[in-house]
Amino acid sequence: MSDDTGDQRPENDGQRFDRLPATSDERVVAGRPTREEVVGWWEQRYGLPPETWDGHTFWEKGNGKIWAFAADLVSPNPVEGLGLRILRARQEHWKPSTNAVQRFCGAASKNVVLLDEDEAETFARGDDQELERWEGDWGYVVAAHEFEGAVEPIGVGLYLHGELRSTVPKGRQEDLS
Amino acid sequence: MNPLERYAPLVDDEEAFFEACDRPLPSVVRVNGIKTTVERARSALDAGDVGYEATDWHPGILKLDERGPGTTWPYFHGWLHGQEEVSALPALALDPQPGEVIWDACAAPGSKTTQLADLMDDTGTLIGNDNNLGRLSALRHNAERLGVSNLVVTNQDARNYSLKPFGEDTDDPEAIDAFDRALVDAPCSCEGTIRKNPDALDRWTMNHVHSVAGIQKGILRRAVQATREGGTVVYSTCTFAPEENEAVLDHVLGEEDCQMVEWDAPDGFETALGVTEWDGDEYDPSVELAHRVYPHHNDTGGFFCAKLEVTA
Repeated sequence: MSDDTGDQRPENDGQRFDRLPATSDERVVAGRPTREEVVGWWEQRYGLPPETWDGHTFWEKGNGKIWAFAADLVSPNPVEGLGLRILRARQEHWKPSTNAVQRFCGAASKNVVLLDEDEAETFARGDDQELERWEGDWGYVVAAHEFEGAVEPIGVGLYLHGELRSTVPKGRQEDLS
Repeated sequence: MNPLERYAPLVDDEEAFFEACDRPLPSVVRVNGIKTTVERARSALDAGDVGYEATDWHPGILKLDERGPGTTWPYFHGWLHGQEEVSALPALALDPQPGEVIWDACAAPGSKTTQLADLMDDTGTLIGNDNNLGRLSALRHNAERLGVSNLVVTNQDARNYSLKPFGEDTDDPEAIDAFDRALVDAPCSCEGTIRKNPDALDRWTMNHVHSVAGIQKGILRRAVQATREGGTVVYSTCTFAPEENEAVLDHVLGEEDCQMVEWDAPDGFETALGVTEWDGDEYDPSVELAHRVYPHHNDTGGFFCAKLEVTA
């Protein structure tokens, strides 16, 4: 960690993992989200209970890439990967990752767009589609479908102007029809 | 000459052995308990008209009738992972517990690593290392697709693996000074993958066997050194060569503080004992406790798996 001299706060070093501060009182690195903000964002935006994250520590690597790790480690840490990348912060609209939504958003209760079979297949292919019926928030939503007796998240959609855009990464897109 | 012929004296049924080596392998998937249950995954395959048969020895390891699993909803959701049946053995032998610190020395592309994460209920610290940076991206992709959140990915030479990045010998409360268990699924001559890769033996040479054995000894020694007293180390390969299997164990038993321990293969999974004599060499008699898996035993690829306990 570089020495914090004078009033200048240290900047984010994108090459390593740094544990997020618990609250803004503990924030040292400029612009770094806090654990409180991350937990609160998932709750406010998707209705995820805060206890979802009780077992996880949060880390930043790169510019605003936030990772959830199931234990704790010394910080900072130069390893190549740490847990699951859950969201992109340091931008106006935080964006959840497909893998985090699939893993954790079965418990989501807000901004979940429930798709029928054809719509789910369109989404999984990575295609955008008109979806006039949605009356929830615009922005990043959880796309899900009824599957094996539960609501199963498929990925992250971007809802704007009556259209649901699929953000399923190229390597994960599949034609399931 | 077919290199596999050197193992004819070791197998119980030579004809069945060579016949099995010529047959292609079935497509097999493992159910990922981090994202679903065996029951839900099997129900989803049934609903999607994907034919499968559970293996005799594990309800969550399924042989598919035809195609690969890629174009099905349960695969898309990360409920399934393509993994060769026999390669599920070492994680079961290691028996990692939730909350432990586990090292997977040669982790990419991550089938066994993600199985370890599942057995740990995605808790504790699972350190997946590989010396090949290119293969690490496959490890990360597979782990993220399966929803694994207890994995630390590192890129070091496993033979002199350093715990310094984990705060070794510091007073940091999160420092890791030793592993509870370690898996060494070593790079090898891959003879046992002949059913999956028909050209696996095209570049086989005795020189390669000897040089890769040197690497295997180095990695296994480091795994024993870095694991706490009383901890477990599992050594596995997908080759039949005793030079890469029992001889490696014999070397490490002589150089490091460890002993072979008995481990029963799952009920319904047939294996043979480790060999104690080969090509004029004699090995420590305890290497007999290792398991050799020949392709005709369970209609799988070939495999070798041994369990050790660290004694100091």
